[in-house]
Amino acid sequence: MMGSEFVMFSLTPMLIGVFASVACALPGNFLILRRQALIGDAISHVVLPGIVVAFLVTGIVAAVPMLLGAAGAAVVAVILIEAIKRLGRIEPGAAMGVTFTTLFAGGVLLLEQSDTSSVHLDVEHALMGNLESLVWLRATGWESLVDPSALGGLPEELPRIAVVCSLVIILTLLFWRWLKISTFDEEFARASGLPVGMIGMGLVIMAAVAAVAAFDAVGSIIVIAMFICPPAAARLMTNGLGRQVLWSVGFAVMSAVLGYILAGYGPLWLGSENAVSAAGMIATVSGVILGLACLFGPHRGRVGARAEG
Amino acid sequence: MTPLLDALLLNAGYNAALVAIGAGLLGFAAGAAGTFLFLRKRALVSDAVAHATLPGVGLAFIAMVWLGGDGRNLLGLLAGSAVSAAIGLFAVEWIARRTRLAEDAAIGAVLSVFFGLGVVILTVVQTMSAGRQAGLEGFLLGSTAGMLFQDAVVIAVGGSLAVLATWVMRRPMTLVAFDAEYAAATGVNVPRIDLVMMGLVMAVTVIGLKLVGLILIVALLIIPPVTARFWTERSASVIWYAGALGAAAGYLGAAISASAPDLPTGPIIVLVAAGLFLVSLFFAPARGVVAAVLRHRRFQRRVHRRQGLLALARNEPIHDELTLRVLRDAGLIRADGVATETGRAQAAKIARDERRWNVAREVHQDTGLTGRYDGLTPIEDVFAPDEIAEFDRRIGGPRSVVEGA
Repeated sequence: MMGSEFVMFSLTPMLIGVFASVACALPGNFLILRRQALIGDAISHVVLPGIVVAFLVTGIVAAVPMLLGAAGAAVVAVILIEAIKRLGRIEPGAAMGVTFTTLFAGGVLLLEQSDTSSVHLDVEHALMGNLESLVWLRATGWESLVDPSALGGLPEELPRIAVVCSLVIILTLLFWRWLKISTFDEEFARASGLPVGMIGMGLVIMAAVAAVAAFDAVGSIIVIAMFICPPAAARLMTNGLGRQVLWSVGFAVMSAVLGYILAGYGPLWLGSENAVSAAGMIATVSGVILGLACLFGPHRGRVGARAEG
Repeated sequence: MTPLLDALLLNAGYNAALVAIGAGLLGFAAGAAGTFLFLRKRALVSDAVAHATLPGVGLAFIAMVWLGGDGRNLLGLLAGSAVSAAIGLFAVEWIARRTRLAEDAAIGAVLSVFFGLGVVILTVVQTMSAGRQAGLEGFLLGSTAGMLFQDAVVIAVGGSLAVLATWVMRRPMTLVAFDAEYAAATGVNVPRIDLVMMGLVMAVTVIGLKLVGLILIVALLIIPPVTARFWTERSASVIWYAGALGAAAGYLGAAISASAPDLPTGPIIVLVAAGLFLVSLFFAPARGVVAAVLRHRRFQRRVHRRQGLLALARNEPIHDELTLRVLRDAGLIRADGVATETGRAQAAKIARDERRWNVAREVHQDTGLTGRYDGLTPIEDVFAPDEIAEFDRRIGGPRSVVEGA
């Protein structure tokens, strides 16, 4: 399992899964604390119309236009939610529900109406991703990691998600204090002259970038699961924000690696020949981790909650 | 246009007619049940419930094949989806109540994890020999093309039952949705009603799976109630408005979808509902955007008219374009800006009322009366004639309204 076959078929998808999970889990920490957990859900739904429109405009399935289309759709969605909330005086949850379902429905309709049979673009792919297909065929073994010609054959999703993941890490570290203060005490942050609105918007944009990049590689299930499950589980493990973020990164990596292995090799161990969906399994593992944290996490209870009697 | 007309008039085949009627009934039940969710501010819980149906569908298929039956039996699949939806709903409630995670985190976690598990199970189904033509993907976005007659019957009957249940439960649910504390005080068992409400939502979700699909069914629960709020302020009628809007979206959407190929049922129904929402957002009589803009314009003109008249009374020049236009339109000033006869009369009256108000605020220190001084309420509406006469006495004898004129 650790030989050349592993490097060829499993190393790259696993790494992509890890990078995507971490990139989503980091902003997820702050979204959860700000009670904006479902923003990730909304963003990952509206990415579909974005990439469909990008495809219809450019006529090709290429990464850059699709990323731009998806990012554009995410921005449009945020503006629409805000507009519906203000114009119609509707509570945020409902405004979000109206917006993302409508945009998603529009995306599906566009997809069905346009001729995409020649290209690999369909709803199921958008939902479930295609992690298993991101293999590194030019690799011959571990030594390929230092072989430039083999490295040239890496699936292009890997460097992209790696860059986005590093970007998210750097931004989180750079704006750590700002994020922390504005998340826990918005009034104090405003009084100290921090641009609270800008920080909030920046966080949503960072989440959108992470979602779009991860979506491209792994589909929207992982995106939503990773925005929420690892940070939520981490929240039940500790009271410190720094430790929570570290826990969440650990949980995200664990979900990605364990999920991928279970999906690829688990059925073999059970005597079946076919692997199951890796994206689905990664989401499932993150859910199991959250479930365990809910049952046994040292800080699972509400502060000041009465003992159950 | 003819195929669409045929479909609308239920002439496009027996199945299509049954599906359209079923979609209408389902839309009604969804709109009505969704109203309670919306008013309880729990609209997105239904999204978790909907996504949580997927593992149940897959497991039900596997179980039915194992037992030697036809895995595609819709009733069996729906029963399976109901079980896993109930587990998902329970998980949301449990996480939100027993841990310190907020409800939105619980919703997102359940939604994504159950959906992920469902996808894993679907890939297992696809590797089964009976699973290749299972068509379970149809549950993601709904598909009515090639639907069996008995499936259409299931949807129509299920829709009717859901409407009936809404009708039976309407009073306690309305009470809880609008004022849970009052309901509890009058002896209503709020948790139980909440449970019934979620059960109804779950039923709607499950029945709608084949029609709208689990990703978009939440739209049918959210959009019609949100739309209905634009049309009425009365608690009892919101539900029926929402039901009617949902029924219209379901019926029209199913008919449009049946009229041409490549028009997937679920997305079309959602887009029809969204269209109704947009129309309401802009053109609803009281709460619509257009009505609000008109109201604002009217208010603005009244303020400008008053300011203009006061300026006339004080013989001050008016520079503001809008003020000049308002006064000119009302025939209070001539084109060159000089006050007309009516203009002078009204200016004099407004200046006199201004003095009366000043006195009134000295006499009545309580804000109950003088709080209504906003410059736009005529003083005759607030005080009786004898009180106004008293103010006039205090102001003193007649003087020239425009000093030094």
